[in-house]
Amino acid sequence: MSRTGRKRRGSQARRQIAGLLFVLPAMALVTVFFLIPLGMTVWMSFHDWPLMGAAEWSELHNYELLLKDRRFWGAMEFTFWYTIIAAVAIFGVAFPLALFVERPGRATSIYRTAFFLPVVVGFSSASLLWAWFMNVDSGLFIPAALELGIIDKPVNLLASTDGVFWSIIVMVVWKTVGFSMILLMTGLQSVPSEIVEAAHMDGANRFQRFWRIKLPLMRRTLALALILSVAGSMLAFDQFYSISNCGPRNSTLTAVYWIFTQSFVSFKLGYGAALSMVLLVILVSISALQLWLLRTPSEDAK
Amino acid sequence: MSRRTSPFAALARHMIGIMLAITFIAPLAWAFLSSLKPAAEARQPPLPPWPTGTVTIENYVALDGYGAGFWSHAGNSIIVSLATVILTVVISVLAGYGFSRFKFPFKGLCFILIISTIMIPFQSILTPLFLILSKMGLQNSLAGLVLIYVTLQMPFSIFMMRNAFDSVPLEIEEAARVEGASVMTVLVRVMLPLVAPGIVTVAIFAFLAAWNEFLAALIFLTDQDKYTLPILIVAVRSGRYGTVDWGAVQSGVTVMMIPCVLLFLLLQRYYVRGLTAGAVK
Repeated sequence: MSRTGRKRRGSQARRQIAGLLFVLPAMALVTVFFLIPLGMTVWMSFHDWPLMGAAEWSELHNYELLLKDRRFWGAMEFTFWYTIIAAVAIFGVAFPLALFVERPGRATSIYRTAFFLPVVVGFSSASLLWAWFMNVDSGLFIPAALELGIIDKPVNLLASTDGVFWSIIVMVVWKTVGFSMILLMTGLQSVPSEIVEAAHMDGANRFQRFWRIKLPLMRRTLALALILSVAGSMLAFDQFYSISNCGPRNSTLTAVYWIFTQSFVSFKLGYGAALSMVLLVILVSISALQLWLLRTPSEDAK
Repeated sequence: MSRRTSPFAALARHMIGIMLAITFIAPLAWAFLSSLKPAAEARQPPLPPWPTGTVTIENYVALDGYGAGFWSHAGNSIIVSLATVILTVVISVLAGYGFSRFKFPFKGLCFILIISTIMIPFQSILTPLFLILSKMGLQNSLAGLVLIYVTLQMPFSIFMMRNAFDSVPLEIEEAARVEGASVMTVLVRVMLPLVAPGIVTVAIFAFLAAWNEFLAALIFLTDQDKYTLPILIVAVRSGRYGTVDWGAVQSGVTVMMIPCVLLFLLLQRYYVRGLTAGAVK
């Protein structure tokens, strides 16, 4: 082998090592704080695992408990309904907003910024804000409704499941709709204008152009926006912790809230891990569905 | 497409736009304006939202009376957020460069492993994380929280940075290498300025995530003096001796919101780029 060939091989090996070193810190972090805990969740779910003292192998005991855990299935059902209604509400508002802010123009870009602003505020801040608005005596909603004559005597929103539920839905729409709006707007803008114009020439009216041309062509964006919103709602915690504390009478208990309670209030770590497994399977299925819906763009472009 | 809009339609459109914009900003403005009222007035319903008499900072002073004092908790939040931003940027720039420009064994697998963690909710690995942090002596420490936040930022940040490096032409780097510059010199002197927009995007997302994060902070910080702002304000909202000081809640929420709103208004372009990166892909 010639000298230059050997030299090139040597420098190639060095570049391989350099590449490995570059990704090493990231790999180390993800391994220690994500992949290992992920494996441990599976492992722990088969154990009776108290905070203090030794863990004991308990086979499927946690899963048997879980199947009979009325609170957990109640929480799953509540989370499920919350997710569906939040998704419908968010899309119902996000779509008109996306159409509204889709066109260029300075005023439109200001509207876009305003609609998006609540997204960058944290869920914890938004929840605290709503906790105040929902207060009977010092808040906004009930005193304002009294003032306007919509109701004639004070109602405690926090005392009824419906009051808590719908107030939180309003909060979530306000807080997250800008995000879906931007995604949908990107989708609308990515539809080639020639196609829309051609449909226009062929006599398609505004509604037909939207329903028959734009909507099918932005299927991928629609799927993405929907799945991100669903995954977010399935993991709801902050708002139910800060606003209602899962009340009244545990009627607004979410899945993550119950896992939190079992793991870090009752310190049944093994059982918490088993509950986490259910959540994990559901969310990974949602992601798998997303990958399937978003597969090969070339196929979708037809 | 030609858009012929009558002046009347344009007026109606802007009326709707302004009304909607006010609706979206109102809750934020309500908290900010009410927080400037005297403490006694802050207990009344916020109608109107602005202080009718004097403007005071009483509610901010009241907030300081909780926990270990306002600045101590704001300090915790600032330390956690800045450390998360710095570590996220450094680690994801290195990894993004590695994945974009180098060939090494199991490269594809490593990349997929990192990116796929975005599909798994971190809420489902909290219990083992708690044990791992305890083993490492990092439970109940800001450092432990930072490491978790940085890990959670990895899939998005590395994806962003790899794309940023991918879009830089190879010739630029090769020219520098021919002149004998080392790998690190090429990265820092030549490449970094070219991927700066990507870095800004990654930094904004890391900051907002760390500044606003609630669940992990609630679980992993057990000493009151280590609380970050979200945990402190939730404690304020739970009240003392059965009463809640809503004025302190308003000032707390305002303090938490201001950095997010300012950052977004200043760097909106970079933020939206990050947001749509996933949608366009």
